[in-house]
Amino acid sequence: MLSSKLANLGKTVFVRFFATEAAKPAATSLYNFHVEKGGKIVNFGGFLLPVQYSDQGIANSHLYTRKNASLFDVSHMLQTEITGPDGVQYLEKLCTADVQGLKEGSAVLTVFTNEKGGILDDLIITKIDSNHLYIVSNAARKEHDQQLLLKALEKYKQTNKSSQLKIRFFDPKERSLLALQGPKAAEVLQKLTDVDLSKLYFMTSVPCSVAGVTACRITRCGYTGEDGFEISVPAFKTGDVANELLNGGVTKLAGLGARDSLRLEAGLCLYGNDITAETTPVEAGLTWLVAKRRREVKDFPGADIIVKQIKEGVSRKRIGLVSSSGPPARHDAAIFNEDGSQQIGIVTSGCPGPSLGKNVAMGYVPTEFSKVGAKLNLKIREKLYEAVVTKMPFVKANYYTKPK
Amino acid sequence: MVISRVVVRAARLVNKSPIFNQITTNSSLQTVRLISTSRCNLAERFYTDKHEWVQVEGKIGVIGISQYAQEALGDVVYAQLPDVDTQLKQKDECGALESVKAASELFSPVSGRVIEKNTEVEDSPSLINTSCYEKGWLFKVELTNKKEISALMNEAQYTEFLKSDHH
Repeated sequence: MLSSKLANLGKTVFVRFFATEAAKPAATSLYNFHVEKGGKIVNFGGFLLPVQYSDQGIANSHLYTRKNASLFDVSHMLQTEITGPDGVQYLEKLCTADVQGLKEGSAVLTVFTNEKGGILDDLIITKIDSNHLYIVSNAARKEHDQQLLLKALEKYKQTNKSSQLKIRFFDPKERSLLALQGPKAAEVLQKLTDVDLSKLYFMTSVPCSVAGVTACRITRCGYTGEDGFEISVPAFKTGDVANELLNGGVTKLAGLGARDSLRLEAGLCLYGNDITAETTPVEAGLTWLVAKRRREVKDFPGADIIVKQIKEGVSRKRIGLVSSSGPPARHDAAIFNEDGSQQIGIVTSGCPGPSLGKNVAMGYVPTEFSKVGAKLNLKIREKLYEAVVTKMPFVKANYYTKPK
Repeated sequence: MVISRVVVRAARLVNKSPIFNQITTNSSLQTVRLISTSRCNLAERFYTDKHEWVQVEGKIGVIGISQYAQEALGDVVYAQLPDVDTQLKQKDECGALESVKAASELFSPVSGRVIEKNTEVEDSPSLINTSCYEKGWLFKVELTNKKEISALMNEAQYTEFLKSDHH
């Protein structure tokens, strides 16, 4: 039974990584740390990372994060730095965000798009200042994103010959990325930094030292639906910072398993599953990522198609599904109509939702079936189970947003 | 009939604190050891390369998954077991176990008719984690061909198999 389980694991999350990335897995700077702390190591997109730790199962780790604070090693993600006064102008040629209008010290979620309006990756851009941009994008798309950025740079410099624009990709051996997530994250981190975290709101970012380690950067964001931070750390000091964050016993280590179920309950997309080059931001319910100014100017790849879809609607949509009985639907499970007579769509991610006590899933269906409250069916191992179209996030988000 | 129980199951999962979990795990492990030593003279367990086990007494085979399998799978939150009277052939896919991270299909280690399934496991799938050789058994089969057992591994062979990289 195990062999099929591992295959399934591949199917749900990892398969696309293997298809594009080199075979030999790499370790993050915390590899030995994970092993010492009881991490159950798997090859995730070419990186050796813990799926969970021996002190608690995935469901308990998930619940612990929603109540307390968990520390995730996300150093496999691609960290990129763009320097030069025309960085904004260059980067806007690839994505849908209003980087120009972004305040210094603020961050924005956006997508790289192709000429058909399909999503090439999702990423967070931080405007450190008008000459300095910092990007975090998916590990699974590392090579792709590097190629995309470099080719675009080459093209940009052909028409802007005097440009001094520079791109630097950080290797995980140079810089690590730690995610501290959960309602107690701020309390834990505040003890280790001079920055007043009560003034650092959701999607803002600040350079600082953490636990005496200089040249760190804290961004208030995450992938769990909870309050939390992503902390970029010089790689050789990551173990020290991680130990300090665990010191005091409030924070526990968490792995990829809890990361996946937390983001699913939070309604957040996983690239390669819920969003791909075949889905547009409008179909994915991510129209809010296409900034107003960018819709008017229509100067990003696939703008004509995306803007048309915003105005006229789309024929299929990403939906959330909840089923309170039966097994959880996984990636590739078929979605059927209410009477079960016809397949209408497919599940892109799904799992038991530990906080909800019900199964949650995301998938795509024709727009006429996407209304919240609509009853549909999920086919799992040849049996149909009832599921209800549900608004996402499935679990209320708990971000530390600036009071209005 | 499976359906109404699931919410209860999920609620249990939510209420389980790590410490409580630890205690139950320890105590039931001890129970397992006691019972299995006293029993192992009566009926030996045989294993498949997919980590199911079968223990045969007379015509009846009791089926479950191994300690290695339950550890690899993690917390089981849903067990889909074959219905009574289902006719199974050896290696037939006959159900699945679901953890938070993945689904894992079950394959029957022997041919025969299902005569009972463990409804306690359907109600509390965590029994598979805490007691995979005793309370966490999955279903019973009336064997049609006892010779099939010879194709399976005994305890020593299975232990060797786990040391190899092929599983």
